[in-house]
Amino acid sequence: MSETLLTVGGLCKDFGGLEAVKNVSFEVRAGQIKALIGPNGAGKTTIFNLITGVLPSDAGSAVFGEQQLLGLPTHRIAALGLGRTFQTSLLFDQMSVLENVMVGHHLAGRSTMLTAALRILGAGAEEREYRETAMVALERAGLADLAGRSAAALPIGQRRLVEVARALAAEPTLLLMDEPAAGLNMRETDRMGEIIEEIRAGGVTVLLVEHDMSLVMNISDEVLVLDGGQRLAEGTPEQVRSDERVLAAYLGEVTE
Amino acid sequence: MAAVREAPPQAPTPNEATAAARRRRAQKLQIFGFFLFVALVPLAVHNRYHIHVLIFVGLNLILATGLNLLMGYAGQVSLGHAAFFGIGAYASGILTATYGWNPWAALLAALVVTSAVAWLVGRPTLRLHGHYLAMATLGVGIIVSVVIRQTSGLTGGSSGLPGIPAMTVFGRELTTSMDVHYFYFVWAWVCLLTVVFANLVESRPGRALRALHDSELAAETLGVDTATFKVRAFVISAAYASIAGTLYAHSSMRFLSPTPFGFHTSIALLVMVVLGGQGTLWGPVLGAITITGIQEVLRPYTNWDIVVYGLLLMFMMIVMPGGVTRGLASAWSAITDLIARRRGGTDDE
Amino acid sequence: MTLLEQVWQFILSGMTTGGTYALIALGFSLVYNATGVINFAQGEFVMLGGMVTAASMTAWGLPLWLAALVGIAVTTVVGVILDRAAIRPARNASVVVLIIITVGASIFLRGLASIIWGPDERPVPAFSGNAPIAVLGASITPQSLWVMGATLVTAVAMWVIFEYTVVGKAMRACAINAHAAQLCGIELSRMISWSFALAAAIGAIAGIVLAPITMTQYNVGTMLGLKGFCAAILGGLGNGLGAIVGGLVLGVLEALGAGLVSSQYKDAIAFVVLIAVLLIRPSGILGGDTGGED
Repeated sequence: MSETLLTVGGLCKDFGGLEAVKNVSFEVRAGQIKALIGPNGAGKTTIFNLITGVLPSDAGSAVFGEQQLLGLPTHRIAALGLGRTFQTSLLFDQMSVLENVMVGHHLAGRSTMLTAALRILGAGAEEREYRETAMVALERAGLADLAGRSAAALPIGQRRLVEVARALAAEPTLLLMDEPAAGLNMRETDRMGEIIEEIRAGGVTVLLVEHDMSLVMNISDEVLVLDGGQRLAEGTPEQVRSDERVLAAYLGEVTE
Repeated sequence: MAAVREAPPQAPTPNEATAAARRRRAQKLQIFGFFLFVALVPLAVHNRYHIHVLIFVGLNLILATGLNLLMGYAGQVSLGHAAFFGIGAYASGILTATYGWNPWAALLAALVVTSAVAWLVGRPTLRLHGHYLAMATLGVGIIVSVVIRQTSGLTGGSSGLPGIPAMTVFGRELTTSMDVHYFYFVWAWVCLLTVVFANLVESRPGRALRALHDSELAAETLGVDTATFKVRAFVISAAYASIAGTLYAHSSMRFLSPTPFGFHTSIALLVMVVLGGQGTLWGPVLGAITITGIQEVLRPYTNWDIVVYGLLLMFMMIVMPGGVTRGLASAWSAITDLIARRRGGTDDE
Repeated sequence: MTLLEQVWQFILSGMTTGGTYALIALGFSLVYNATGVINFAQGEFVMLGGMVTAASMTAWGLPLWLAALVGIAVTTVVGVILDRAAIRPARNASVVVLIIITVGASIFLRGLASIIWGPDERPVPAFSGNAPIAVLGASITPQSLWVMGATLVTAVAMWVIFEYTVVGKAMRACAINAHAAQLCGIELSRMISWSFALAAAIGAIAGIVLAPITMTQYNVGTMLGLKGFCAAILGGLGNGLGAIVGGLVLGVLEALGAGLVSSQYKDAIAFVVLIAVLLIRPSGILGGDTGGED
């Protein structure tokens, strides 16, 4: 089988008495689309925050490739090839769509403040390159006409797409997507599903948190169910769907 | 959305990329036009005192541009910026007046000293946010101004530091009687530093700064080391202030006293940036001209000048919290909207 | 004097200025709790209290107690006007804009004072004479006792107001959750005006009791205000007891620093403390608002 990209072991996080994540372990293999699901408060976003260094973890490990992630600052984790999109599409509202995607190329660039300020050592040419590359990325995503628009003015569906394009511009190996379908209507959700599959086809592994069960069941290879911060069940969508414990935890919460 | 990693980039179609390039060119033209205008000013203005004031506007513009980078683009607050102005001025003044250094060498040395202080101060304080960052910078500003006043052995304290030699440009000394020459000298620096600023904003590190202003979290997940960038922006803004300080020290008075380097100047600089419009290229220009202008107009009216100044500050901030450039921009779009509506009805985007 | 006696002397005189800082800090916390705004004009309330009192005594020959009441009343009115005219219209503006507005107000008030009363210092007579009182080997003036007494009485009065009066409880409700408070029928703008009024009154009291010790002048407000602010952060911004504690501690630290280390850099001490607190424990000694976000 394909290699293991991410190995999470015994992850724990306690918020002053509230055990948000209790001893969670799982693996993500290259080329997978893996989903983390569970009722609200099950600790899914917290796990993302722990893996990406946004929150310090109390215990456990998260190994990506050969590298231990826990304890590293977020930007270093990003440099290792981990990308992320957020529940509330954190776009850079004061910049245009094109500029947002250009920031996605930050890691690939080499100009420093000094070279950029004085426009020396190829900083000017680099700038033109950025713009062109970002434009191409937007064209591929079908977002080319939005390029000049201010990010703040976009409706939620387009915001999510731009955020994905931006995250992909950083050329991650593993993309963490936090509720990519939140706030989207059915057509947009289907389109998001297609996009996620295209992302995987392009060689990027996807780990997503989602509430929309139809999306999860349609596109995931593997599903991990969490409840109350603990791992409840894991398996293919079919296995999980018919698991009694999962049904019990989710009673009344299935959105189909 | 096809796979991201395959084909090489195709030639860009006429689109936002070219539109952006066109905007850049227009901006360069605007900057060139502005400085051409400035170069012609001494032909019309002959009063020495007015030239002196315009030199001062230039210095304020350098200060405001540096602060604008920190506040408008990197989104940090500094209530103690005058401290770096002071360190730049006194470092250069002391090295030239007391130790006989060459003014250009002193300029560089002052730059190094100020940047070092900014780096040392910035690293811990920029971890704070909002009010707390503002207060920490306030504290730093006041501490520096107290130190300047009290280390009178070095700085001359409240009595001031006299005897600062003139700047030498191309072999000529820019003495008191050569105000117009100093005007050009200072504004040449303004031009250079403005171009540097414009370069920075439209660049990879500049975008990283603007990104962290909008969302530190998202910027981090794209690989931006936000902590380091914030400190770098802080250091650059301090470097600008240092250059302004050195230019001030060698200006026609060639005498330094601690007064211009305290809390009041820090606030005036803050107002210039906010009033002009944070995060815009021309904001600092408007702000520097307006505030320096107000201060000059009010100068003869002792006591009433502070009353009016205080009133104006309150009034301007209440009426135009987004700054003049934005106020003008929204007024302009309100007018064009109105015209479009009157003309024929449909509002299309 | 032995070192111990010296230290004790410094502590006592430190508590005198500390009492003033405590009152100023209390004013800052009051306004901050109600509005989230740091009112840079707080120091001018202190100045106005002293100046109006001194002026009423010379201009109208009022007895001290009456002049003091006039001082407090006038300053309170100024505080409410400041709220209505300058803060309320800009309530939703950013941190920086509000800072500039309150600084503008401070500059304005200072300018007004210099025009009305001129640039000279104004004396205010000590409340009960100047005969030094010996306390365990050190001596303080009766006026110092007045300062500490005023601090204590004001602190207790504030506590009573906030615990037992309807207005006080309404103000606390607004500080905790403005939205919910409004849903209960509490008018937020009035509560904010109340907090400005109280902050101004407290500032005036601080200025009046301090004036006999340091002489009052149109420009005493700035530094006092800034140092009082450092005291508020030290004790915990937004925490009333913290303001008192912070003020006293800062006053003592300043006196000890000036006396034992160097009196030249005395003014910088408060700000060194400020930065140290912000870096080590931003919520202050007693834990105030930890919201460092804008």
